[in-house]
Amino acid sequence: MILTKAQYDEIAQCLVSVPPTRQSLRKLKQRFPSQSQATLLSIFSQEYQKHIKRTHAKHHTSEAIESYYQRYLNGVGENGAAPVLLELANEVDYAPSLMARIILERFLQEHEEAPPSKSVINSMLRDPSQIPDGVLANQVYQCIVNDCCYGPLVDCIKHAIGHEHEVLLRDLLLEKNLSFLDEDQLRARGYDKTPDFILQVPVVMLCSLAVEGHIIHWIESKASFGDECSHHAYLHDQFWSYWNRFGPGLVIYWYGFIQELDCNRERGILLHACFPTDIVTLCHSVA
Amino acid sequence: MAAVLESLLREELSVAVAVRWIARSAQSSEDDPREAAALSSLRPLRKEFVPFLLNFLREQSSRVLPQGPPTPAKAPGSSTGLPGRSGGPPRGGRGARNQLFPPIEASSATAADAPSARRGGRRRGPGPARERGRGPGGLEEGVSGECLPWAGGRRPRSSGSPSSPSLARSDPPNLSNLEEFPPVGSVPPGSAGTKPSRRINPTPVSEERSLSKPKTCFTSPPISCVPSSQPSVLDTSPWGHGIPSGCRSLQEEREMLRKERSKQLQQSPTPACPTLEPGSPHPSRTGHLTAEPADPTRVSSRHRLELVALVYSSCIAENLVPNLFLELFFVLQLLTARRMVAAKDSDLEPTPGAVDSLESPLFQSVHDCVFFAVQVLEHQFHVLSHLDKGTLKLLAENERLLCFSPALQGRLRAAYEGSVAKVSLAMPPSAQAVSFQPETDNRANFSSDRAFHTFKKQRDVFYEVLREWEDRHEEPGWDFEKGLGSRIRAMMGQLSAACSHSHFVRLFQKQLLQGERRQFAVVLLSLRLLAKFLGFVAFLPYRGPEPPPTRELQDSILSLRSQVPPVLDVRALLQQGLRARRAVLTVPWLVEFLSLADHIVPMLDYYRSIFTLLLHLHRSLVLSKESEGEMCFLNKLLLLAVLGWLFQIPTVPEDLFFLEEGQLDVFEVDTVASEHGLDSMPVVDQQLLYTCCPYIGELRKLLASWVSGSSGRSGGLVRKITPTTTTGLGAQPPQTTQGLQAQLAQAFFHNQPPSLRRTVEFVAERIGSNCVKHIKATLVAELVRQAESLLQEQLVTQGQEGGDPAQLLEILCSQLCPHGAQALTQGREFCQKKSPGAVRALLPEETPAAVLSSAENIAVSLATEKACAWLSANITALIRREVKAAVSRTLRAQGPEPAARGERRGCSRACEHHAPLPSHLISEIKDVLSLAVGPRDPEEGVAPEYLEQLLGQLGQMLRCRQFLCPPAEQHLAKCSVELASLLVADQIPILGPPAQHQLERGQARRLLLMLLSLWKDDFQVPVPLQLLLRPRNVALLADTRPREWDLLLFLLRELVEKGLMRRMEIEACLGSLHETQWPGDFSEELATLFNLFLAEPHVPEHQLRACELVQPNRGTVLAQS
Repeated sequence: MILTKAQYDEIAQCLVSVPPTRQSLRKLKQRFPSQSQATLLSIFSQEYQKHIKRTHAKHHTSEAIESYYQRYLNGVGENGAAPVLLELANEVDYAPSLMARIILERFLQEHEEAPPSKSVINSMLRDPSQIPDGVLANQVYQCIVNDCCYGPLVDCIKHAIGHEHEVLLRDLLLEKNLSFLDEDQLRARGYDKTPDFILQVPVVMLCSLAVEGHIIHWIESKASFGDECSHHAYLHDQFWSYWNRFGPGLVIYWYGFIQELDCNRERGILLHACFPTDIVTLCHSVA
Repeated sequence: MAAVLESLLREELSVAVAVRWIARSAQSSEDDPREAAALSSLRPLRKEFVPFLLNFLREQSSRVLPQGPPTPAKAPGSSTGLPGRSGGPPRGGRGARNQLFPPIEASSATAADAPSARRGGRRRGPGPARERGRGPGGLEEGVSGECLPWAGGRRPRSSGSPSSPSLARSDPPNLSNLEEFPPVGSVPPGSAGTKPSRRINPTPVSEERSLSKPKTCFTSPPISCVPSSQPSVLDTSPWGHGIPSGCRSLQEEREMLRKERSKQLQQSPTPACPTLEPGSPHPSRTGHLTAEPADPTRVSSRHRLELVALVYSSCIAENLVPNLFLELFFVLQLLTARRMVAAKDSDLEPTPGAVDSLESPLFQSVHDCVFFAVQVLEHQFHVLSHLDKGTLKLLAENERLLCFSPALQGRLRAAYEGSVAKVSLAMPPSAQAVSFQPETDNRANFSSDRAFHTFKKQRDVFYEVLREWEDRHEEPGWDFEKGLGSRIRAMMGQLSAACSHSHFVRLFQKQLLQGERRQFAVVLLSLRLLAKFLGFVAFLPYRGPEPPPTRELQDSILSLRSQVPPVLDVRALLQQGLRARRAVLTVPWLVEFLSLADHIVPMLDYYRSIFTLLLHLHRSLVLSKESEGEMCFLNKLLLLAVLGWLFQIPTVPEDLFFLEEGQLDVFEVDTVASEHGLDSMPVVDQQLLYTCCPYIGELRKLLASWVSGSSGRSGGLVRKITPTTTTGLGAQPPQTTQGLQAQLAQAFFHNQPPSLRRTVEFVAERIGSNCVKHIKATLVAELVRQAESLLQEQLVTQGQEGGDPAQLLEILCSQLCPHGAQALTQGREFCQKKSPGAVRALLPEETPAAVLSSAENIAVSLATEKACAWLSANITALIRREVKAAVSRTLRAQGPEPAARGERRGCSRACEHHAPLPSHLISEIKDVLSLAVGPRDPEEGVAPEYLEQLLGQLGQMLRCRQFLCPPAEQHLAKCSVELASLLVADQIPILGPPAQHQLERGQARRLLLMLLSLWKDDFQVPVPLQLLLRPRNVALLADTRPREWDLLLFLLRELVEKGLMRRMEIEACLGSLHETQWPGDFSEELATLFNLFLAEPHVPEHQLRACELVQPNRGTVLAQS
């Protein structure tokens, strides 16, 4: 699912101020039926995260927190069974899981002697039944299960997707008989930066419509869509670091990427949306 | 000059003071005023000290170096170290000093074998590699009869020798000879009559030149343009000895020299070179191949040798000698001197009471020579350590060196082992990052986690900066400082720990200097080639019959030429280069350019000033100075080598090096403008040094010839057919069987193709290294496993804390380290097993069986030696390090997720992994949960079939597990419990007609049974079933009207029945529910449920089922009661 910048922008344009709910996702799928759902979800998630990063601060001023908490208290005072917190989050254009965290923190500050530690908060978000207030527990749980972009369940899904694609890639490498060192092996050997796989014998990936190929020493699996923001962050934190240590390599964005970002081929970083088919391996037989 | 040396030997003068004095540097406040005073009287003479010393040494060594390659060069020999001016009357005060020199008889006595005299001033390159012939003579330019270049190493007999005044006087005085009639004021009053070297006439003009030996080495490949104007009769030896042994009597030779000299005197108004002393020694080429053993205990007058060696070394260190490498060659000749030529008995016996003076010969035996050589080499270790691996190896393996200075041998061996550079090594491919090597780059190589992570960041910042520079530096308006300055400083600012420096330096060197350095080498070599061509073109018009036949003609040529502006303003370029601190780039090409100059050029003021600049530069390149902003060592070495070469080519006047001091003061270079020039960057590597100065390789050849027993006679050292090895090796009988074996191994290789030796050494090197790796992977890894299990036991007995980690480590190490002893046995076995096969595979099939077997055995023993040496030194430390890492690993892993450590079942081999992905299932279940929890649109809901399908897929996936990771499974387990709670409370919206929004009882039970089965059989992580009875989940029931408890009771019973929860657990959960505040009626119902569950008889499964069949809706009834 390689999109041009223009195609990507068109999708991103539709995602402005859309709450991260399953209803929103359904509408998005209807709007872009030709795109894969996973790609759309990935783009939606990334766009939403960008939006949250931009607006995060304004939801964390003490005035904002106080006002949210009062509205929450009033809301549940009227009807504890109503989706007070979720609606509040949607109304102020903030992620429900993050809103739940704000209110939970504020609640615990009020009801506990010591300010709550981060791990306590996280633990309660993972398992709301630990929250001492039953109403709040339900409200928090409702936020978490209804949030498509944040929260422990979403984190778990993302992690699972990443893991599954690594497994998939490993299987493909095994199938192609390419021997490799995986991240765990590299870590055990003390590598300071660890791509998903380092090929023990490099391969050449042939480019379509071109005679020349690109040497590949390592492969990184990314179970997400490669947009500008995430790609630049990955380049800085990972891909260049891999190049700095292991030479040229391949990044697979399983959910596609913006075509224009694949501009470092000559420099040694290739982008692909699937496992490449045209691979040339070092020939062991004597000609 | 002898007086100075004498004072030194008598310790009236310290070496430091003397060297400072010679170097003409400012007087130090530490200098003893008396010493200073003593020297100040000799002031006018000081520039003559070095030539004196060099000639003195060569003269003294003349009896030990009759064979072997002659020392390449010497200082302006005119002074020959011997006082007195040619033909001049003896001066006052000379007598005493005369006695300082060995009586002429001593030298004459050895004359038969001693080197032939030569015109003192000529300096020659050492080796046989005659890459370039200079001047009209071209490559095969002949040698003048008076100039036997390779005799240069020996002391030339100057006609001015004070000991043979009569001989000198036999020549008629020549008024035009500046040497004999120096300009007023140039002769030091009251001097000892030493002949000032600077007065040695600028070099020989055409005839001498046409006959002179071309620079046989210290040259780059020749541009041979002018055919030899005079075919050489004498130069039959590629070594330039000139005279084949025995083909000409000494008398004849002397005659020729005399003729030549007188011819020169007539032809040139400039003074002639000192002429050969009749009867001066001539090297014998009937070399004795067997070397006399050298014995440190038989060194005579050690102290004197030490002092002279110190003075000599200091002169070398201060660049007071024209060519560092010539002196090294000479010293290596002394080291490898085979035997002393028999001298008269009287020579060998030191004059009583005069052992510390110059009256007795400095070198009385081979022992003395070797002792002296080793002394000097010790001082020159730094330079030696930068020589190529082959030279270092030969030096490190030199038995004399080992015998005389085990410490130096050790340092050389270490340098050899540490030397990665190989002259022949091909350039690595470009545009690659420095690869991460776990052996050098992983955490174990850093002092702390912080240092490790800092370097990790530095590496990335480094490349980021490099990439940005590559991208942007050519953009107009891009500024290095603005663009990258702060980032580079931040990167450098992180270098705190010393070990981080070493890592960063490695990265920096490898990336920028295997990049920048390569670029530099390409540019430099191209420039040199271009300069050579330009020089050739520039000076071509002036090539012709040389020298000008008369002084008048020369004067007119000079006046004409001085009006012609230089074709290329090389002086300005040189000045620019020096100012910009890129001498390392400018000087090598300039030297190429100047080397093609004709004989008049150095007399022109313009070029003279260039030479003056170069001389000063040469002097300033003191290798021992290593401060910030100082030129890098190898850069200096390259400049010293090329300048040294320039100073000795025939067109350069030989007195030029020992210029009058006043002229040097002219040199002022403003380097402030550019503090960070190329000079301070390590752009020169060993390969470039050897490429530009191939003659440095002569050192290796000389050492190799010693090993091979060849005398390095005509034809060059390396080409010499190696004599049977025993000849050379037999000289020193082996002390031990091991030594014998080593010698035999050496001998074995001598008659084999060199590839055999390389193969064996390579195999031994690799197998030895592999052996160590293997031991690490097997023995050490096994010990680490043992450590881990011991540690586990320890933790069990001592509780989870386990005690102090350091103490634990000590306990473990004391138990395990003794097992390291097995490493040697296993190492030996490994080498024994692996080496022969490798040797066999690499040698030709046709290798004779005996040779093959010997090669295999040698490889085995070498590999074993290497491996065992490493293992015995390091195995304990290695085990300790690994155990330590294991301990901290185990302690860290202690605690969290004990269940995750249990063995996990995977899917069967037949599984094709077609189950849905875990992420998909979590996502789907999350959607069901969100629908159930709401809010939802009225039309939203799930079909009961869909729920069954979902749970079925969950089961499939849990049985496949191919894509499952523990966190996903944990979340799935939790979600499945939530789902059960929603089922029990009938909270899942079902698709269908509005009236039918609830799940049928039967469907709900089926789904619950599916879940129970998943929990029991398929989940491998703990399922948080207690969530079912948490207030939040139980409260779901409170919302339903009418409340239906039967599904919960059913679920609880099944949990107990399937062994998923114990009754006690459930009872505890139910009990704790009372603590929550509930609506009154709900509390009552809950209490009833509790009682009912408690009342359940503890009966076997089938009876419970039967009971349920009888009262299927008991829960409902109960709830309604």
